[in-house]
Amino acid sequence: MSRAQGWRRAIAPATIAIACALPFLLSNFRLFQFTQVGIYAIALLGLNILTGYNGQISLGHGAFYALGAYTTAIMIDKWNVAYGWTIPVAGLLCLAVGFLFGIPALRLEGLYLALATFALALAVPQILKYFEHWTGGSQGIVLSKPDPPRGLGLSPDQWLYFVTLGVVVVLFVLGANLLRGRTGRAIVAIRDNPIAAQAMGVNGALYKSLTFGVSAAYTGVAGALSALAIAFVAPDAFNVFLSITFLVGIVIGGLASISGAIFGALFIQFVPNWAQEISKAAPWAIYGIFLIVFMYVMPRGIAGSLRLAWTRLARVGGTGRTG
Amino acid sequence: MKRSSLVALALIGALGPLLVAGPAAAQSPGVTPTEVKIGNTNPYSGPASAYGTIGKALAAYFTKVNAEGGVNGRKIDFVTLDDGYSPPKTVEMVRRLVEQDQVAFVFQTLGTPTNSAIHKYLNQAKVPHLFVATGATKWGDPQHFPWTMGWQPTYQTEGHIYAQYVLRNVPNAKIGILYQNDDYGKDYVKGIKDGLGEAAKKLIALEQSYEVTDPTIDSQIVNLKNSGANVFYNVTIPKFAVQAIKKAHDIGWKPLHLLNNVSASVDVVLRPAGLEASKDLITALYLKDPTDPQWRNDAGMKDWLVFMQKYYPDGNTKDAFNVYAYTVAQGLVHVLKQCGKDLSRENIMRQAASIKDLALPLLLPGIKVNTSPTDFYPIEQEQLAKFDGERWVLFGEVYDAGKK
Repeated sequence: MSRAQGWRRAIAPATIAIACALPFLLSNFRLFQFTQVGIYAIALLGLNILTGYNGQISLGHGAFYALGAYTTAIMIDKWNVAYGWTIPVAGLLCLAVGFLFGIPALRLEGLYLALATFALALAVPQILKYFEHWTGGSQGIVLSKPDPPRGLGLSPDQWLYFVTLGVVVVLFVLGANLLRGRTGRAIVAIRDNPIAAQAMGVNGALYKSLTFGVSAAYTGVAGALSALAIAFVAPDAFNVFLSITFLVGIVIGGLASISGAIFGALFIQFVPNWAQEISKAAPWAIYGIFLIVFMYVMPRGIAGSLRLAWTRLARVGGTGRTG
Repeated sequence: MKRSSLVALALIGALGPLLVAGPAAAQSPGVTPTEVKIGNTNPYSGPASAYGTIGKALAAYFTKVNAEGGVNGRKIDFVTLDDGYSPPKTVEMVRRLVEQDQVAFVFQTLGTPTNSAIHKYLNQAKVPHLFVATGATKWGDPQHFPWTMGWQPTYQTEGHIYAQYVLRNVPNAKIGILYQNDDYGKDYVKGIKDGLGEAAKKLIALEQSYEVTDPTIDSQIVNLKNSGANVFYNVTIPKFAVQAIKKAHDIGWKPLHLLNNVSASVDVVLRPAGLEASKDLITALYLKDPTDPQWRNDAGMKDWLVFMQKYYPDGNTKDAFNVYAYTVAQGLVHVLKQCGKDLSRENIMRQAASIKDLALPLLLPGIKVNTSPTDFYPIEQEQLAKFDGERWVLFGEVYDAGKK
């Protein structure tokens, strides 16, 4: 085994080790921000499976995020369900809704699909207000933060962080296995050349709908976790801007890259705040400049550029392998 | 394995600077012998950014206070952050203010959903959540939320006032209601219905609603006219208020027209709608309207204009939000003065809950701020006014929702 490869093997567990150490190094507020990074990372991985790997553009993933969040909020608020159960339920519900939405979406390609999903993002806040009895209308639903199990000695923020981290690890491992196997190749083949994929025996329609479902499920789970972390849901939290933020996240992080979801999540969590620190008067102008610079310097996203840099380093180091 | 390994590298790089722990909590967070730190969130971006001027005017007012020596020798450090009117962002920003910036208290956070998101958190953390910028009724609940206090009269209070006026002055009233289909509109409708009491069912002829995204409300106005209503309860934001006043005038409908305070600005609503069409409108006021000519020589209004020119020259001197911000900032300075040397969170809350008959220069004459440990609604008085084609003419008594 080359030295570079050895390094790579070691770094995955090291990442998790560092992530596990964070709660004991950071203040509760910082930890809350990293919990949000984890949540965004799940949502971005979901969107990346659809857009990056499968080539279907969605401008409406905020809708699935909202569906997941409201599933959790309503189950806890109306039926007193333990929060742990609400997360898989939110995921399954979004899987079903995403799959069903994916069927009519089969007729729409590229930009047309983007518009259809955009409509979804536009509609969601109003739909949430309409079913006031369930959703609390524009007043939203207030929840309590989950209590950590007794005896662990963790604060609620620490506990929530570990719950999120656990979900992140499980979903990333599942996602990696899905994308690196046979299914992943089929998903990518449909993006690269749908006709060739069909000729190879890939059922394009089924795969596309399923990809849509899986993608929605990831985003729904993220939404469910966000409801727990924020302890409040309201229609104003799920406007069109959220969906666009997700798209920004996967493009900046790196399309068709699993680690890109984490880089993208760090970007959408921290860069708007930094922009505000730099200029109170025009934070979005600063944010825009950040975006342009990132796209100019790293046209393939953060993950793509790091991959390139790593390959070059490895070559200079004489190992020559990129596997 | 390659990608996950990159993740790790990046994480180490990104986290390094963040690993510094926050400052240790002092006895009274945010308070030093020379300074008191106050936190705020406002929508400087996003759909509600028209409210952003409130945050800017607050900051400008505190600059003025500091230039004049501060409060009891302490300067005000006003930290205001953008939440884009998004509740999750409000939670993040307010947690930053409390846990990292260590503010003494949170003041004038804007919006109903945004404040709902931090309501529980601030009360659990026992951080004063003072004078929130929303007209919802839920902020005056000292029994369950002893750390949260409202400021302006609630929409429901205003609805009560109109109900009383109709009951006393309009025999055979048939009320037509137009309202915005959200919590703001519904609060107003609830207010008038509660005020009408038993008679509500009999007196209300027709209710029509609109969505804030609708292009026009013409058909609703026609329906209301056709219902035979002789009282028009107009619960609309400025854009639709202009349309409603114009349309009613154009189709020759002349009901007793009750216009909600939200749209009572002379320059923003009545002038564009037509001064002739606006004649005889009735509204309830508690602040002086900067575009109403009757206050042109008012001492308080003159001071405000000087303040605007000196400390907030970019601000719009026709915008009532800037009058609002100036007034609430003065209310806060009064509380801080009353605190004396003790700026502990408990004392700040205690003093906020013991304001007695405070008159402020841009409140209407006779309207006073009052709170007590059981009354967390600072302004509960409003007065009716009728538009005479040029200005709002106040009439009747000052109505006090606090005295029932």
